[in-house]
Amino acid sequence: MKEASPAKAYALHLGVIALLFALSFVLLEYHHGLLARIMVLAVFAMGYNMLFGYVGLLSLGHAMFFSAGLYGAGLAVIHLGWSVPAAFAAGLACGALLALVIGLLALRTSGVAFMIVTMMFAQVFYLIILYFAAWTGGDQGLVVPQSGRVLVLGDTSLGLTNPTVRYMSALVLFSIVLLVTLGTVRSRYGRVLVAIRENDERTKMLGYDIFSNKLVAVVVSGTICAASGAAYALLFGYVGSTFASVQYSILPLLWVLLGGAATTLGPLIGTLFMYYVVDITSGYTSAYLLIVGIALILLVLFFPRGILGTIRQRWLGWLP
Amino acid sequence: MMPLLTTKGLSRNFGGLRAVDGVDFAIMPGEIRAVIGPNGAGKTTFVSLVSGRIQPSSGMIVFDGADITNLPAYARVRLGIAYTFQITSVFANLTAYDNVVLPVQRTLTDGRSKGAVHVGVMAALERTGLAGRAHMPAGQLSYGHQRLLEVAMGLALKPRLLILDEPTQGLADGEIDNFIGLVREIAKSATVLLIEHNMPVVMQVADRITVFNAGKILAEGTPEQVRANAEVQDAYLGTTP
Repeated sequence: MKEASPAKAYALHLGVIALLFALSFVLLEYHHGLLARIMVLAVFAMGYNMLFGYVGLLSLGHAMFFSAGLYGAGLAVIHLGWSVPAAFAAGLACGALLALVIGLLALRTSGVAFMIVTMMFAQVFYLIILYFAAWTGGDQGLVVPQSGRVLVLGDTSLGLTNPTVRYMSALVLFSIVLLVTLGTVRSRYGRVLVAIRENDERTKMLGYDIFSNKLVAVVVSGTICAASGAAYALLFGYVGSTFASVQYSILPLLWVLLGGAATTLGPLIGTLFMYYVVDITSGYTSAYLLIVGIALILLVLFFPRGILGTIRQRWLGWLP
Repeated sequence: MMPLLTTKGLSRNFGGLRAVDGVDFAIMPGEIRAVIGPNGAGKTTFVSLVSGRIQPSSGMIVFDGADITNLPAYARVRLGIAYTFQITSVFANLTAYDNVVLPVQRTLTDGRSKGAVHVGVMAALERTGLAGRAHMPAGQLSYGHQRLLEVAMGLALKPRLLILDEPTQGLADGEIDNFIGLVREIAKSATVLLIEHNMPVVMQVADRITVFNAGKILAEGTPEQVRANAEVQDAYLGTTP
């Protein structure tokens, strides 16, 4: 919240996007595919960060928003034969609607109760997916057929299974969400969210309706996470109940904490870091989680505010 | 002239305790009104009811002719009732500037003021003498300056009624003198309702004084009338020298 020159912040973000674009032509096939996945999941982390980082609401149920997008888009293709844009929109709509309902209920609580309530709702969502196995594929999940994963733009049709198309689609989604996040946190609304995080009682007495501001944040956050889920289903062709499990509620929290809560680029860095630590260490030993754990402990010790959060605190105060 | 704010039979119970007990109160536009009384007399509860931080058990609050009893606090702020906290409650991690941005953008959003955020923020900081410290984190300001920042945030809300809850608590004598000047200056554009323990301050700035005791209004009048009131002396002021 320092007086940063907006040009500097936007230049940095556009630079990151340009770098990711350039990497597409340089990376080996394996890393190319991995980075596409990381960008999609970084969107999930950015959605989580919107609520956790900026409003200070710790949810343990964001897997439900991700999987609402995942199933919303995936099932629309599988059962209804919808086109890619329509299926993506369906995923977004499912996430937004779910977030609205959950927000109305869960925002009656705060703190630990909010964590528990969101976690319980996510468990309900997970069990519903298992219960309706006839449509959802239960714990086996479903594969989204290749024939349904074709994006038709005018005369050209782009197969989302093509690595380059997939990478670029992920990059487009990532870039849009990154810039939307940057714009939001620099806006008047962003200031209000931070004010609520810092001192909600005071914010209320400055004339702000805390509940409705928080509710909007939950819906925005849920919709971004759903966008990530919908993109995941369409780009990687698989919907599965694992993505609705508790693990996928905790992962975005971890990514955001690692990268730096309430930083716009932190979610990307956290997701990238986590993926590559797992990737590299699992190449050497089956006990890779041990090394991941040690890496996490070291990070918490030396970068208590996450990688970017600590960099901002110590060196680059203007980082958004 | 119609009062800016009136309360009728305003009461609030906490369990068996009637913290505020059937208070009928009125304040005229442009007035500086001090509310005094011993600890536990219900002063803070009373202004919390007015500002909407807590809901009354019974009674009615009318602001500028409209019944606001059931309005939530944030809506009352938008009508022009600003409250500054007894315990300093600034955003410690934000700069003084960013603290004041929030109320300024509120009034802009509500259409109660016009112009750039920056102009409104600097105006409020200048009135309170904090312009030179605009870019310090609020948590690093001295206590006296944090109190002034509270007032700046209240002022930036363009209040019609500004409620100050023990604003001079913890201030040094020199700061208090400045503060008295500031309150008089504020009163040119707003009505001021002030809870205050510091009697010299009350006697200097208040047009009228309301004395609370045990949740009820014990006395009301000009500083001279209140000073001369025997009941008030018993309850609160002690014997006059």
